Amino acid sequence: MTAPNVAIPVLAPPSRRRTRHWKRLALLTPSLLIVTLFLVAAIFADVLSVYDPREIVLPDKLIPPVFDGGSWDHVLGTDHLGRDILARLLAGARISLTVVVIAVPAAAIVGTLVGLLAGWRLGWADRVLMRVVDMQLAFPALLFAILVAAVWGPSLRNVILIITLCTWSGYARLVRGDVLSLREREFVLAARAIGARDLRVISRHLLPNLFNTVVILMTMEVATVILFEAGLSFLNVGVGAGISSWGVMISEGRNFMTIAWWLIWIPGLAIVLISLTAMMMGDWLRDALDPRLRNLR
Amino acid sequence: MTTNSLWGILASRLLQGLLVVFLVVSAVFFVSRVTRDPIAFLASDQSTQAEIEALKERFGLNDHVVVQYGRFLWDTVQLDMGRSLLNGRDALGEVSSRVVKTLQLGVASLLFAIVLGLSTGVIAALRRGRPADCLARLLAVFGQAVPDFWLGLMLIFFFSVELGWLPTGGSGSLKHMILPMITMGTFTSAAVMRLTRSGMIDAMDADFVRTARAKGLPERTVVVRHALRHALLPVVTILGIQAGRLIAGALVVETVFAWPGVGRLTIQAIGGGDFPVTQTAILLIAASIVLANIVVDLSYRLVDPRIRAGSA
Repeated sequence: MTAPNVAIPVLAPPSRRRTRHWKRLALLTPSLLIVTLFLVAAIFADVLSVYDPREIVLPDKLIPPVFDGGSWDHVLGTDHLGRDILARLLAGARISLTVVVIAVPAAAIVGTLVGLLAGWRLGWADRVLMRVVDMQLAFPALLFAILVAAVWGPSLRNVILIITLCTWSGYARLVRGDVLSLREREFVLAARAIGARDLRVISRHLLPNLFNTVVILMTMEVATVILFEAGLSFLNVGVGAGISSWGVMISEGRNFMTIAWWLIWIPGLAIVLISLTAMMMGDWLRDALDPRLRNLR
Repeated sequence: MTTNSLWGILASRLLQGLLVVFLVVSAVFFVSRVTRDPIAFLASDQSTQAEIEALKERFGLNDHVVVQYGRFLWDTVQLDMGRSLLNGRDALGEVSSRVVKTLQLGVASLLFAIVLGLSTGVIAALRRGRPADCLARLLAVFGQAVPDFWLGLMLIFFFSVELGWLPTGGSGSLKHMILPMITMGTFTSAAVMRLTRSGMIDAMDADFVRTARAKGLPERTVVVRHALRHALLPVVTILGIQAGRLIAGALVVETVFAWPGVGRLTIQAIGGGDFPVTQTAILLIAASIVLANIVVDLSYRLVDPRIRAGSA
């Protein structure tokens, strides 16, 4: 498929561009706050929560949050089994963060290596990669993930593996494209002409030039991965029932939606907030480092 | 170029598509049969050894994997997809009876996405930097950040539970279709909006638009006939990609709204270990996405005379 033609915008003089850039950074402050909050919540989840997120206290079931007639004992209320929502929310942040921290770099590394191999070596490696990419285009990642998850069984480890498996090809495609153009550039040709080995050309000349692309895609993928995990967990093929993932919370709260709005509102808002933030930061980083990638999403 | 070469491209695309479908089907076969013993799905915990052996014999699970794979491919080519393990009905009939429902929902949500995305995109571009533009962009970002299953639940919450205007799920009337259509089309409409907006902004600054204005054409003609046509090209391109996304959306949305389509059937079949139905559904899904991409690819060539056959 051909890439759409993107007209290159006329750039403002560097000084003005820089001010505009910092202005946008100022707009980013709320995002940074949210991310910090998320990180603190996820890392200190067990220290911060008063209750055990798995502790079932049936007499205390369906207590509304404090701002809807509940009490300060359970600030965000309790679910249908009397589990504390705040504790579950914190535990869910930890699950989201775990998935992001492992799956995003893993997919980036695998994808970069495959993209390098395909773009540099060309030949069969390239052909195999392009068929795999074609295949993923015709086979929605979510469907594949559900299938594999059903076969492997729900668990956090499997979710991470599946998400990695479903997201590496994006990096591979981008890196391959960059390598294809880089390999014809003078500095690469010169390095090869003076007899540099492949490994040296790749590590000294290609990788530094691929860095931006990969980092931008990684940032943009954070939101995708969070939504992916939530979706799998919602469909009961994610981390498994009973574990406090945000998707599981919504899936379990669904049946009580009419009598207890907070069961689906609170985890849902958490997902929206964090994925929105991750997207905005991804967009900002892309505009700052490489506006060419504007149509990536 | 002549239609002759267009047919050539069509043929080569179809061949490539066939290869992709073949790869997908093979991948599904190996994932569902090899990474885990399918007997675990078929037998219950109380099954005796003899029962398990009988089941293995019946489904040909005692043969070597390669033999099973060969037999599976041969059956697939003949469109003999086996019978559902859950209700014993013909798997192909079971899946194809659901196709219409999914197609209705898919077409409706695609139309919804295109109409909403294009109109907001054009308005945002024409009122660049004004409140309308900011609002449209904000909504687009939300549209891409909200998980579809949660959006569906929220719509049910407001329009079915609180207001009681629309049914919570099921199908049958146009009213049943509104909420699933919005849920499924939101992400795509946000993508369409963003692309239309950036395309329109580029076009409005382009020389051909200035020329059109200089000719004294009315603003409406300039926007619709000149700028919008230019901005449409990237939108057409992503529609192919969105076909895959819509199907993935159908899996979730049909589950949330109890919509009796292929997506819900697939989820149920996967969950129940019904691999004949799973394989049939996935074969169908892969084939339709491949076809959608071919159609988009060809129409793209027809729409844009600059792109000539074989260049991609």
